[in-house]
Amino acid sequence: MKQLFGRPAGLTDISQRYCPGCGHGIVHRIIGELLVKLNIRERTIGIAPVGCSVFADEYFNCDMIQPPHGRGPAVSTGIKRSRPDCIVFSYQGDGDLAAIGTAEIVHAAARNENITIIFINNAIFGMTGGQLAPTTLPGMKSTTSVQGRDIKKQGYPIKVCELLSGLDGPYYLARTAVDTPKNIINTEKALKTAFTYQIEEKGFSLVEILSMCPTNWGMTPVQSKKWIENTMVKYYPLGEYRNRAKEEK
Amino acid sequence: MAEKKLMYGNHAIVEGVLAAGCRFFAGYPITPQNEIPEFMSIRMNEIGGVFIQTESEIAAINMLFGAAAAGKRAMTSSSSPGISLMQEGISYIAGADIPVLVVNVVRGGPGLGNIAPAQSDYFQATRGGGHGDYFTITLAPNSAQELYEFPKIAFELAEKYRNPALILADGLLGQMMEPVEFSYKPFDPETLPEPPYALSGCKNRERRIVRSYDLKPGKLEAWNWQRQKKYEQIVANEQRFQATACDDAELIIVAYGTCARVCDAAARMARAKGYRVGLLRPITLWPFPSNILSALAEKTDHFLVVEMNMGQMVDDVKLATECSKKIFFHGRPGGGVPTPPEVYGKIETILGGAR
Repeated sequence: MKQLFGRPAGLTDISQRYCPGCGHGIVHRIIGELLVKLNIRERTIGIAPVGCSVFADEYFNCDMIQPPHGRGPAVSTGIKRSRPDCIVFSYQGDGDLAAIGTAEIVHAAARNENITIIFINNAIFGMTGGQLAPTTLPGMKSTTSVQGRDIKKQGYPIKVCELLSGLDGPYYLARTAVDTPKNIINTEKALKTAFTYQIEEKGFSLVEILSMCPTNWGMTPVQSKKWIENTMVKYYPLGEYRNRAKEEK
Repeated sequence: MAEKKLMYGNHAIVEGVLAAGCRFFAGYPITPQNEIPEFMSIRMNEIGGVFIQTESEIAAINMLFGAAAAGKRAMTSSSSPGISLMQEGISYIAGADIPVLVVNVVRGGPGLGNIAPAQSDYFQATRGGGHGDYFTITLAPNSAQELYEFPKIAFELAEKYRNPALILADGLLGQMMEPVEFSYKPFDPETLPEPPYALSGCKNRERRIVRSYDLKPGKLEAWNWQRQKKYEQIVANEQRFQATACDDAELIIVAYGTCARVCDAAARMARAKGYRVGLLRPITLWPFPSNILSALAEKTDHFLVVEMNMGQMVDDVKLATECSKKIFFHGRPGGGVPTPPEVYGKIETILGGAR
């Protein structure tokens, strides 16, 4: 019998511990497939964040490191400068990248460090139980903003692609989502572009991916997808924010 | 004879680090160690190594984590406030059993303090420094020559035990010019073998994971016990010190680094006046040279600990001697440096007036 579907060689055989309807599994699969499609698995070093995807070091079938919260871009820099022939990606959530790790991501982007950042934006702290994230939408409820994010007290969300677009450094910045099949395909395209630019030694690439967190949003998986489509995408518009390959043409 | 040059202590560190085969430096400016990154940027450029001026000490220590996890000799330098910022990273590196070298050119504290020489980071250096049960191998040089020689020793110890190593200097040692003999043949980093943990891409081998966490019940405890065995080995095998005129001493001064230089002069003044005064200089602060102190306490009645702080190493001397003898202390905090006459005065008081 011909096998039509299976686990890509870029992922290990370990069962992932993510909640039903979570977006991490989709993104993991895309990366796992790309490691094979781009023939880079055996020279890739991945960085797992602190957060729900801390266990990514068990899930990706390549060399992995798990550094302190938010420091993925700095650790990536150390690895890449030491082993320029390796492909280095840092997988980070919104607390990791846009709160505690803000300095590291901004400066890695400004240096146009030749690494790839996969940034999962689900507008909430997942692992710790649903607290306010730097990306939590105005009015959105969390366990530390139970009445909804009050912009007078908690300020505005950080739009990472827009923020980094203000820098000359980064080579490629894109925002995608994993709520619909179409957006999942676009996410794969963006990640493939990001890794390809690293292989071509173009420099810094970041793909921000809007992703579902049904558990901490208090929604069903289907409601979560609809919420991305109807609410989140309006605040965080999808698309390419920087593509120097196109600009240079 | 090997080549000899008149050098700043901070420049001697750079040459020592490069001779030890290290080709990766990441760091952030802070006085009184700025000559290290400045000279390093020039030298790394000359020999094709990596120099990164980082956005913070936090980024620096994490770049080190990455480079060292990738199997390369990697170092950073900073001064006290910057070393405080690095503690999270040092804890992770210790928890992942990865060797790195951190140089602390200590300045007066707490807080922003000042830029004068101090030894007030002794507790931080010898008690782990960050969160969790761990220790860092800590070497205390007292001359530009040792600043040149200790990076090699530090890397070798760090790699032998897979543990972070610190060199604890101070502003005086860093800024002072002394002759330095390039006493050993520089390593070619290409000849260093790839360590068994190195992240280098999993071609033709099992994939590797570098991490400091384990959530499975009992696993982290077992891992910590395993690390504890390593620490016991380090304590048993790596205590280093320099003992001067200690055998028949009625009083032994215990001092390291800059203080040891001051106390050496004070001890000579005292001997000229007929006092039998020795000097025990710890070279490793962790592991502390407890064995020699314990042995010396069998036959010496007085110990005088001199530090550029309010009394930190004095605790280790009390522990090593089990408080069996009188332990006196003389300290100068906040960037104060004791003078030889000051220490001599203390000796005279302890031993019962002028002879």
